[in-house]
This record gives sequence, C-alpha cells and structure tokens, in this order.
Amino acid sequence: MSFLLTQHFPIELVCFYTFALLLLISAGMVVLSKNPVQSALYLILAFFASAALWIMAEAEFLGLILVLVYVGAVMTLFLFVLMTIPFENLLLKKKHWTYLLSGIVVIILFTLLMLKIFAPFQMLSLTANVPTSVSNTEAIGLQLYTTYLFPFELAGLILLVAIIAAISLSAKYNRQKIVVNVNEQINVTAATRLKIIKMAAEPKIAKDEPHA
Amino acid sequence: MLNLNMFLLLSSILFSIGLAGIVINRHNLVVLLMCVELLLLAVNTNFIAFSHYLHHIEGQIFVFFILTVAAAETAVGLAILMLLYRKRGTIEIDKMDMLKG
Repeated sequence: MSFLLTQHFPIELVCFYTFALLLLISAGMVVLSKNPVQSALYLILAFFASAALWIMAEAEFLGLILVLVYVGAVMTLFLFVLMTIPFENLLLKKKHWTYLLSGIVVIILFTLLMLKIFAPFQMLSLTANVPTSVSNTEAIGLQLYTTYLFPFELAGLILLVAIIAAISLSAKYNRQKIVVNVNEQINVTAATRLKIIKMAAEPKIAKDEPHA
Repeated sequence: MLNLNMFLLLSSILFSIGLAGIVINRHNLVVLLMCVELLLLAVNTNFIAFSHYLHHIEGQIFVFFILTVAAAETAVGLAILMLLYRKRGTIEIDKMDMLKG
C-alpha cells in the first residue's frame, strides 16, 4: 500500500477527482430528485465533498466551518422546515420537462463562458505554495480582526437582523384579550365569589307530558 | 498536476447545475432554495481556489462573509416559505400567482 504515497502516484489528483465527482453527482441529484428530503440529503453530501476539496486547497478553517455551520445549522433548518410540510404535498407530481431544454442550454452556455476565462490560469499549481509559520485559522484571524473588522461587525449585525426577521415572520402570536392578575386570582375568598340564598321548600312539580 | 483550472471548471459546472436547477424546477420552493445554496457553494469554491493559488488570504475572508450572509438569507427565506405554506397551503411555485395580472 505504500506505493500510494510515493512520488509517482498522483494522490492529490486522485483525491481531487474523487471528491469533485462526488460533489457534481450529488449536486445533480439535488436537482433531479423527486423527493425534497432526498434533495436535502444529497445537498448535505455535496457540502461534505466540498469541505474535503476546501481542505485540500489548504483552507482548513473554512472547510470545517462549512460542515459545522452550513450542514449543521442551515441544512438542519431545511430539514426542520421540510418536516412541517405534509409529505403528500412535497412529492413531484408531474415533471416539467419543457424547461429542461432551457436548463441544458444554460449549463452549456455558462460552461463555455467560463472556459473562455480559464486560459491564463493554466500555469499555477498546488505545490508552488510557500509554507508560512501561522496556521490557516491564525492567518484568517490576523486579517479578519484588523483590516476587516468593520465588515465583521456588520456581518454580526446582518445575523441579528436575520434572527429578528425569521422570528417575527414565523412566530404564532396568542391573541390574549383577557389579562390575568395573578395576585388577585390567588387572594380570592369564597365570600367574594359565592352567595348562598336561603329558599323555602316548594312542592314537587309533576313532569310535563311528552309531545303527543 | 492539480492546477487552478480544475477548481475553476468544477466551480463553473457546479454553478451551472444550480442555475439549471432553478430553471428546471417548477414544483417546489424548497428545492429552489437548495439550488441557490448550490450557487453560493460554487462561488465559495471559486474564491477558495483563487485564494490558494494567488496566496492571498482575502479570498477566504470573503468566503467567511458569504457564508454568513447565505445562512442569514436561508433563514429568512425559510421563514417566508413557512408563512406562505400556512397561508396558501401549498409550496408549488406555479401556485404562487397572486401578483399575476
């Protein structure tokens, strides 16, 4: 097995192709699957493959953040929302293949456009990287908290606004018109609620005849 | 040899898969939101690749912000979707025609 680690075996190419293929196949299945819960699970697989690719590109912090935040929070949110919708409403009833042709045209045109831009970038390669003394997390932190401090605070503000928006949109308000004063409630005595009236006994009244 | 070209090709194919998903998908609002996530993932991969090959950390910092904004947008989008489902009883895109003339 040690031939996998020798100089001649292109281990990084094999890893890249494996994870890239996994990513593209699961992204395709997100789009093509009939069941949105399956789509969500394929998207989670796509995120894991993408995190592996990012770690290969030496962005370890962001690769792990992708798994923790994106999969752990955002996709969990997706699945929770999918849980609230009854299953029969979710399944694809009939496929709209009329739009498939425009979808394919979009894919082809866009990839051709990107290929035109790719030509200058062939020279750069993965191993030409100068190793620095700081880890990736530290390098991000050094820039994020100094040069990019203001955008960082703004990002926090964006998250706050999103929390307020999401809660205020989806909260069910109890329309409570009666306000209860608990102190009054527990200090009630029988005298304030009941009044006993003494009545004289009366003769028994015969029951009415049922309707003829 | 793994070069920048391959990462860019991967990210552009992923972007076009997401874009085609938005165009093809006409039945489900949740799948639409998932295709928007795919678009953002493609753009993030692009940034990471450039950040690595040009030895600039700013690419990764921008990815950080894109992740933040994408999470916020997904949360608000799903809240709107839940509200739409409560009011309309369906999440089919074709049925959302209240603004249609």
